[in-house]
Amino acid sequence: MSGPYVEIRGLKKSFGLKPVLRGINLRVEQGERVALLGANGAGKTTLLRILAALTKPSAGSVSIAGLDIVDDAQQVRSLVGFVAHQPYLYDELTALENLLFFARMYSVRGGRERAQALLGRVGLERKANERASTLSRGQVQRLSLARALLHSPRLLLLDEPDTGLDEEGNALLETLLDEHLADGGTTLFTTHRLERALALSDSILMLNNGRVAYRRPAHEMELDSVRRAYQEVLR
Amino acid sequence: MTFCAQVWAILWKDVRCELRSKQVWMGMGLFALLVLVIFNFAFDLRVENKAAVAPGALWVAFIFASLLGLGRTIAVEREKGSLDRLLLCPVDRKAIYLAKLLGNMLFIGAVELIALPVFAALFNVPFFTGPLLLIVLAGTLGIAAVGTLFSAMAAATSARDVLLPLLVFPLIVPVVIGAVRATGILMLPGGPSPNEPPWLGLMIAFDIIFLSVSMLTFEYVIEE
Repeated sequence: MSGPYVEIRGLKKSFGLKPVLRGINLRVEQGERVALLGANGAGKTTLLRILAALTKPSAGSVSIAGLDIVDDAQQVRSLVGFVAHQPYLYDELTALENLLFFARMYSVRGGRERAQALLGRVGLERKANERASTLSRGQVQRLSLARALLHSPRLLLLDEPDTGLDEEGNALLETLLDEHLADGGTTLFTTHRLERALALSDSILMLNNGRVAYRRPAHEMELDSVRRAYQEVLR
Repeated sequence: MTFCAQVWAILWKDVRCELRSKQVWMGMGLFALLVLVIFNFAFDLRVENKAAVAPGALWVAFIFASLLGLGRTIAVEREKGSLDRLLLCPVDRKAIYLAKLLGNMLFIGAVELIALPVFAALFNVPFFTGPLLLIVLAGTLGIAAVGTLFSAMAAATSARDVLLPLLVFPLIVPVVIGAVRATGILMLPGGPSPNEPPWLGLMIAFDIIFLSVSMLTFEYVIEE
């Protein structure tokens, strides 16, 4: 594939009469990690949902790996792993059953082995046979990460993935992102923690009022300059 | 993954979740039994009007109980955000519809299996087997086909509990008429009159039409 892995041109999204995204242009290269920053309501979650083929754009075009997000939605879905605010798990199923179900949905070969390996990877092997409803918030978040990684997605979309994670969980998240990057995967994630955005990304992108207000390579920035830019954007 | 495997996987998940939560089956079953008991006391059931009243009571119980369950199956998914999770997967939307339809039929069928003997005992009518089961199957398919489609539509709104019956009742009128008349004929001692329309055939035709329309439109209903 030549060209950017994710290409967004003139993306607009409105819910009823309320515009949420007002013309986003963005290119993300394969293997790049982009941190999306912005105040509540800036359009971060909507942007991720469009990239996950859950929400259709009102105008503009979005392509992932050269595939159009609307016309090739099913192919796009098999490339994307998404961790949202909601865990997207079934409370009545055990941790293992949840992963086995999604392994079937994504046609993962050797689904049981993959599910068990991922449960071990996120430190939940002892919770494999416990229902999702009995897990703590942090454990649910770990299970959500395992679910999103189950089919080895090429593009990982994470909406505040550190929510509920303890220090050990955050270290695990960093390791998982590094492994994803080492496999050539691309990541877009949102966070409100600026130091985390700086540590985990190659590129910092700030949204304000449905537009890209700021973008800069992370290695060119210090925490103070990220803070200043963030305050400037929010002003 | 084949289409059938996708349907089976979603159905397996729904049945497993319902067997553990018991949210839908228990409510539907108790509701159907209560309706039958109330009708049994409310109507004057003499031998000569039994064939006119009993089928109506039976199908009202089935429909009300069905709507109770139909409203929940997809609403539960929406409330917990899991429908998004299902929509996020590269799964044929027709497979989701078919799995939800089969799940609903299974839930409604289980309630009907419990309610039928109770109905036979309360209304003192013979407990028919073959022909009645066919009528019940065709009626259930019609109710579930329409109900599954519209429960997906209503689940996206905050007024789903009110909206679902308003959308479904008018559309299932042909099935209800067919089911009540076909069940009534089974209770007539002399059998059907020669002028009686083929009610079961009409129900099956309705089922086919609604199943086809629902399969084709579900994708647009369920996605934004």
